Amino acid sequence: MAQEKFLPIQNLQEWLGALSREHRVLVPVEEGGGVVFRPFEAGSRPVLSMDATTSPKSAVFPSSHDLFRFEQTKDPKDPERVSLTLAPDIPRTPTVVFGGRPCGARGVMIFDRVYLGGRFPDPYYQAARENTLFVTLACESPGNTCFCHWVGGGPDDPSGSDVLMTAVEGGYVLQSVSERGTALLDGDGPLLSSDETTTKEAAAARARARASLGPATDLGPAQESLLALFDDRKFWEEVSEKCINCGACTYLCPTCYCFTITDEACGLSGKRVRSWDTCMSFQFTLEASGHNPRPGKANRLKNRVGHKFSYYPARYGGLLACCGCGRCIRKCPASVDIREIVIGAIERAGDNVREASNG
Amino acid sequence: MPVLKGKELRIVGFLCNWCSYGGADTAGVGRFAQPTDLRIIRVPCSGRIDPLFVVKALLNGADGVLVSGCHPRDCHYAQGNFYARRRLEVLKRFLPVLGIDPARFEYTWVSASEGQRWQKVVTSFTGRIHTLGRAPRHADADLSLARAAAARSHPAADRPRLPGKAQNGAGIEALKERIKAELPGLDCVIGWQQGFDAIHHTPLFMRSPEDVDRLVWGPLNAHNPATYLAAMRERKVGLVVKGCDSRSVVELLQEKLVSRDRVTLFGMPCSGVADLSKVHRALRSSGADPDRVDAVAVEGETLTVTVNGTSHPMAMADVAAEKCLHCRFPNALEADCFVGDPLVPAAIAESPPADLAALDAMSLQERMAFWRSQMERCIRCHACRNACPLCVCKDHCVAQSRDPHWISQEDTVTEKLFFQVVHAVHLAGRCTECGECARACPMDIPLVALKSHMNRAILDLFEYRAGTDPQAVPPLLTFQVEEKRINEGD
Repeated sequence: MAQEKFLPIQNLQEWLGALSREHRVLVPVEEGGGVVFRPFEAGSRPVLSMDATTSPKSAVFPSSHDLFRFEQTKDPKDPERVSLTLAPDIPRTPTVVFGGRPCGARGVMIFDRVYLGGRFPDPYYQAARENTLFVTLACESPGNTCFCHWVGGGPDDPSGSDVLMTAVEGGYVLQSVSERGTALLDGDGPLLSSDETTTKEAAAARARARASLGPATDLGPAQESLLALFDDRKFWEEVSEKCINCGACTYLCPTCYCFTITDEACGLSGKRVRSWDTCMSFQFTLEASGHNPRPGKANRLKNRVGHKFSYYPARYGGLLACCGCGRCIRKCPASVDIREIVIGAIERAGDNVREASNG
Repeated sequence: MPVLKGKELRIVGFLCNWCSYGGADTAGVGRFAQPTDLRIIRVPCSGRIDPLFVVKALLNGADGVLVSGCHPRDCHYAQGNFYARRRLEVLKRFLPVLGIDPARFEYTWVSASEGQRWQKVVTSFTGRIHTLGRAPRHADADLSLARAAAARSHPAADRPRLPGKAQNGAGIEALKERIKAELPGLDCVIGWQQGFDAIHHTPLFMRSPEDVDRLVWGPLNAHNPATYLAAMRERKVGLVVKGCDSRSVVELLQEKLVSRDRVTLFGMPCSGVADLSKVHRALRSSGADPDRVDAVAVEGETLTVTVNGTSHPMAMADVAAEKCLHCRFPNALEADCFVGDPLVPAAIAESPPADLAALDAMSLQERMAFWRSQMERCIRCHACRNACPLCVCKDHCVAQSRDPHWISQEDTVTEKLFFQVVHAVHLAGRCTECGECARACPMDIPLVALKSHMNRAILDLFEYRAGTDPQAVPPLLTFQVEEKRINEGD
């Protein structure tokens, strides 16, 4: 049963404190010039006025994680005989990610299809996901880089969130989305109250936010257009010209889920580490022979855009692997704009079709 | 159990094969008693010792590192130790900025016959490390120290100023005409255009006169177009450069990474660019969201940013990039075409850039905590490296090499800091402090401070500023038999 409760702003700290007794509560805090998710501690000042610099994905998909530790032990009587012990490390800490935006939580849905959807769910991701709740804050108005409504989301899109908060006069209305979200709100009775006026106020605020969005660009044709332009080298060279091939876009992206696995060993013991990888890197597709099917930045940017707007949707029923949060645009050192590339691709493919039919 | 277990410290010694290793052998043959803390690694020559060997050891748990080679003028390979001397001296001066006590590192010269001298060197160095005790680690640094250091206010030294008066792009039309005239002979010309919103400019690759019409000039042209140059060295390209950008080009020319006849440089006097991090901070302190900028206007020395209909005027001096406040070269140092009257640099503030000044004011422990707190935020996107005009290895960076395995994939403070040390050390004597590393950093880590510190050491040791003279040889690619500023020791 969905719940809507009012959290007065003066109770926020106490509520987070109460949550942190049983959970690792990650809140967005200012650090240096950025806003990052850090475990809540007394005195933490969550930044709720803007979206965090980093995405909340690291709660379920850390930037590096030890899959298991290994240790080889030599038999002192017969050093030729070596025994191996493996100690897997499945993340099961109950976690609440507080104060992200709906787009960030929506990003985790993109992960779910990949890591939980098939015949072989990823046990590490699964454990982390089952133990993590997302409490998100609905946006009031879009920023210059926001385009959530182009990709199927919205300022109050609840998909991916367990609890959706809406800022109202004097506090927040917390609306449970999932069953686990309902259970979370059931817990701390005295700090939360039920109040119909604030519930109505929140609904009005969310409606205002939806109305504040500009018209959405239809990205429907992107899936076909990007495939049609797959061999259009000139197009990809043009759009990638200013890209410097760093991984800022992929590592900040709430939906980029690629990883690499390495063994980090010292002597007879070590660990197998899974860490974020980025398709912007030369090493991403480097083959053992030395051949690299994606030698230049045009190939790599093509992959990033194509994956999000064509290959992933082709596989998962038309769903785009982009949540429209705009981090990749906002934080790109060269201000590469993924919206511009996708729109450009749709136009270019359209032009090609017209030319072909005329010629 | 060895009697010294628990009392021994971890000291790593890098010894050259021909002199110092022989010297250690002589000491052994002569039965000179020595402390046992030192683990010796034999290398062919002190010139083989990459300063990064030393930093890697110190960051990963060594309590001290000792390097020893043949006496200067006595190198088995004639010159190896002359190069080594410069590198190791630079390293010694670099260590404190990381929070590492420079006394934990020493370099010295011991010949194969000097068994007794070797005994003295080892005994005194080991004694020194025992006095210092176990080396603290960055990963364990007390973060409250970093917070305390950040909260300390710094007395404003001589207030830095911007060079000349803001230009507002006067002369841009003349510049466009010159570019259009040169365009037919060039593959492209790189400049800037308006980006996705009012506060962002973005690199522009001009191929047609219509492209040239999109060229803009002003304080939002923060990107260094020289970043793209090395990858395009096979082509004939034009570059619109600010004074600082031209220094990167000069450095690339010095290192023969690009050839002069393939580059056409267009310059205009620059009166400073805005640091968007500072603009963001100013906006957020007045409650405005930096992602909702509607308009930007530059008038005189004021940058006015409009957010949600509210104007936020900012003095350029308050939001200018740090490099601009210390700018010596507001005009391109190399230009085939320079439009406008060259600006005279303002009286240059002798105080170090703000980030370095803040580090200078910290104790070693505080610096260690500072870098821990900064590196915890690093996402390893390598934007710092890829934005750097002088990081020309790009796809083949040592950071990604598995053999040798310089850096692991673990997301730890030590690994991430070590990468920054790799960057700083590989740029020693080459970095022009264009600030792209810090500007590109999505997490706002003040990375340029490491390079500023390195450059200060280079200036002090070799009286050298990178990227100012196309004919000059970078200081770590050469040596003097008698080094004026390096004490040769006993």
